[in-house]
Amino acid sequence: MEFKGIKQTAKALANKDISVQELHDMYLQRQKKHAGDLNCFINDTPEIAKNQIQIAQKRINDNHASLLTGIPLVHKDLFCTQDIHTTCGSRMLENFVAPYDATIVKNLSDAGTVTMAKANMDEFAMGSSNENSYFGAVKNAWNHNRVPGGSSGGSAVAVAAGLVPIATGSDTGGSIRQPAALCGVTGIKPTYGRASRYGMVAFASSLDQAGVFARSAQDCAYVLSEMCGFDNKDSTSAQVEKENFSVSLGQSIKGLKVGIIPEWMDSLPESIKLKTEKSIQKLVDLGVELVEIKLPTAHLAVSAYYVIAPAECSSNLSRFDGVRYGHKCDNPKDLNDLYVRSRTEGFGEEVKRRIMVGTWALSAGFYDAYYRKAQKIRRLISEDFATAFEKVDIIAGPVAPEVAFEFNAKKDPVSMYKEDIYTIPSSLAGLPCLSMPIGLVDGLPVGLQLIGNKLQEAKILNVAHQYQQDTTFHKLVAEGYYE
Amino acid sequence: MSDIQWETVIGLEIHTQLKTKSKLFAGTDTTYGASPNSQVSLLEAAVPGTLPVFNEKVLRYAIRFGLAVGAKVIAKESRFDRKNYFYPDSPKGYQITQLNHPIVEHGLLAIQGDDGKQKKIRINRAHIEEDAGKSVHDKYAEFSGIDLNRCGTPLIEIVSEPDLSSAKEAVAYMKEIHTIVTHLGICDGNMQEGSFRCDANVSIRPKGQQRLGTRTELKNINSFRFVEKAINLEVKRQIKVIESGQKVVQETRLYDADKHETRSMRSKEEANDYRYFPDPDLLPVHIDQAYIDNEKQFIPEFPAAKIQRYVKDLGIKTDDANTIANDKELSLFFDDTVVLLKQAKAISVANILLGEYSALLKAKDTGFESQPIKASQLSGLLDELALGNISHKISKVVLEKLWDSDLTATTIIKQEGLAQVSDSSELEAIVKDLISKNQSQFQEYKEGNMKMFNFFVGQVMKGTKGRANPTQVKSILEKL
Repeated sequence: MEFKGIKQTAKALANKDISVQELHDMYLQRQKKHAGDLNCFINDTPEIAKNQIQIAQKRINDNHASLLTGIPLVHKDLFCTQDIHTTCGSRMLENFVAPYDATIVKNLSDAGTVTMAKANMDEFAMGSSNENSYFGAVKNAWNHNRVPGGSSGGSAVAVAAGLVPIATGSDTGGSIRQPAALCGVTGIKPTYGRASRYGMVAFASSLDQAGVFARSAQDCAYVLSEMCGFDNKDSTSAQVEKENFSVSLGQSIKGLKVGIIPEWMDSLPESIKLKTEKSIQKLVDLGVELVEIKLPTAHLAVSAYYVIAPAECSSNLSRFDGVRYGHKCDNPKDLNDLYVRSRTEGFGEEVKRRIMVGTWALSAGFYDAYYRKAQKIRRLISEDFATAFEKVDIIAGPVAPEVAFEFNAKKDPVSMYKEDIYTIPSSLAGLPCLSMPIGLVDGLPVGLQLIGNKLQEAKILNVAHQYQQDTTFHKLVAEGYYE
Repeated sequence: MSDIQWETVIGLEIHTQLKTKSKLFAGTDTTYGASPNSQVSLLEAAVPGTLPVFNEKVLRYAIRFGLAVGAKVIAKESRFDRKNYFYPDSPKGYQITQLNHPIVEHGLLAIQGDDGKQKKIRINRAHIEEDAGKSVHDKYAEFSGIDLNRCGTPLIEIVSEPDLSSAKEAVAYMKEIHTIVTHLGICDGNMQEGSFRCDANVSIRPKGQQRLGTRTELKNINSFRFVEKAINLEVKRQIKVIESGQKVVQETRLYDADKHETRSMRSKEEANDYRYFPDPDLLPVHIDQAYIDNEKQFIPEFPAAKIQRYVKDLGIKTDDANTIANDKELSLFFDDTVVLLKQAKAISVANILLGEYSALLKAKDTGFESQPIKASQLSGLLDELALGNISHKISKVVLEKLWDSDLTATTIIKQEGLAQVSDSSELEAIVKDLISKNQSQFQEYKEGNMKMFNFFVGQVMKGTKGRANPTQVKSILEKL
């Protein structure tokens, strides 16, 4: 299937070269062919799609269409969708139907998108390989024996395999960028607070942020512009004007200062390092200026993250108690039994591990040693970035230390946690960051991470767009998914 | 052994439900008594993905309390923490409260101590938190019911230092706090509905000892009477425990009003580790001095100050001043009326409010809040009386006619012809007419029968339907 951007598709829809139904059906056929095998969806949403197709077509006919009207998408299954299952990839919520739409779901529906499915994910967004889903692992389209990354693996694979042009995701410590890199698509996590968290089932509230996957930075910009905006239902929502991130996409990047972190580059395996350097050289060819920077505290990021995120998760996931919704054990003999067995049966291993770690980190006597210290590190990392951004406009670096690995390759949780070594620092600082494809190593995609200063999504999107104007890596499709 | 003199040390934690229309973090209604689970939003049901949004009114109310107790600290940055524990009436699995950054710190409150002298009780802090729902254990045989209507209702928890030395002082303190929050209008003070309830930390120590004894916490006491009873019981129990050579165990105890006993709920070992940490869903609220200063206008004059003013400046009897000042509605009405007086004295307002007005309210089975008469109407009436335009007797008639009417006292007096007849020529004519009709009685009066004097005064009053000025009638008769 030839890659067509949203703009071109919207034009085709406007010109009646294709109807919303036909566009939808084309993707539906591809989904029927591939989605089962890839296991990238948890639930299909044909009733919603049917309704949205009609609305979208009417808008197009009435000339009330936005750029996204009629564009099919899938939502990561942690965004609440009214009257449709929202499982979070967990047995706990296998049968949970949210009574409302998440703000970002509503924003995109209001723009006229057509929701086709809820995408598979690591349980409660905890994981870097999508092996932690109660509904089974998601396969990487580039190699079915390999993981797609996580936690938004289903979304990344759906876009990579051409089953939808766009997909939503969420990123707490790298859950959009790492699967985007491992699947060869573009994915962006905006500044913390840009996209409302209302209706996004919480993992770690101070880090969770919704974002988007698409083939190109340009498409990401279109979708992100509709998703984001201040929401009075989310107290941590950034009080800034709604921004159109695509306006500045044509700007020249000549003279732009791009920060490079030598320690990060040196820590990469040779093959990935070469690819990364090559992509950065391409940016230099486009006129940017490289500046070496240091993030002195960043090496502590993973440790701090694995205190803060589990601590928040241990509290956020307390509500899943088997009382009002979610998995309930059979024949509880008393209240405590109800709690213990419902949670023991409802949660998977990794979720339980993080609840235990977080509970422990917040316990009396340990709080200062772990949680408080981790917060201190978080503050220092934010300051590191602030200092760096005094000298540079954006930062470029690796996304993941390796390409997609095989299933069951990482049995030790800490080795899995290290997958996020380059994505976690910017998460802790709440900065906007994206991953874009820069080629293949051993036939598997590699990504480049671009990190912007707070609220500078437009800048990193433009750099990625300029790169993609001059390269074709973002158009690469895995074998078997061309047609 | 029992020669030891024991000293009681008490600290109170008072949970004050704030009288806001909506809940602490959602727009849900807070009205008491609705059918179970009819006032529950997605947030209170802890539906995944929901987020709290702070109700600013609560902040204002809490600041007003801080100002009212002269708090040294009103936080410039208000933060919320999560207190984690599992219980069905707390669906999120945590309570949002303020551990490290309470909105109010270091207040002071004067009460009358056991020695009859004024005693200052230190308030350690007051913090904002959300109430839990209710577990209903007595309605179903097979299971417990959960009512989440109360869940998320805003509270301030007011924590005293252990400055109280007896159950009586504890009650006095609690009453004073009750007066403050109800007069501020931030709490309805309804103890039966649980709007105002307290936990008491009680310990004893040999008199003179500095170190505090081991304390027990008495939970959820919801009447002044029970506070006194529960503390006295607990003190007796602790003395008995120590004097029998045992140790008081730090624990939470429940007061059972029916059985008149306190019993153990859970010991310190069984206590939860609440794993407090800053709530990441809520950003710190920044409060500047101007914001705090703006709340000062809502701090009313409290009863203690009112009583002083009433007695000293207005010459009201202490008992009456007490009665009026301690009733918020009554004192507001009193103050409003006094301000409007042109001729009458404040004491006449006190007299009529506690006298005829109260009697009328009682007869009509209603209260001051029903406001059947406006302050301007009452002051008008009292001015007419003070000017001698109506008699005291007629004033009662006018008062009744003012009830639920929009007319002024002056209008009613005019319309109904109730004005006192003070015109001496008119009165003289009436008297002379009476004399001509009652010659023999007049003769007796002339011969010194004072009974007949009263007869004539009575007849004049009767003939004028009480409108005649009795003093004037007398002087006319005397002259004749």
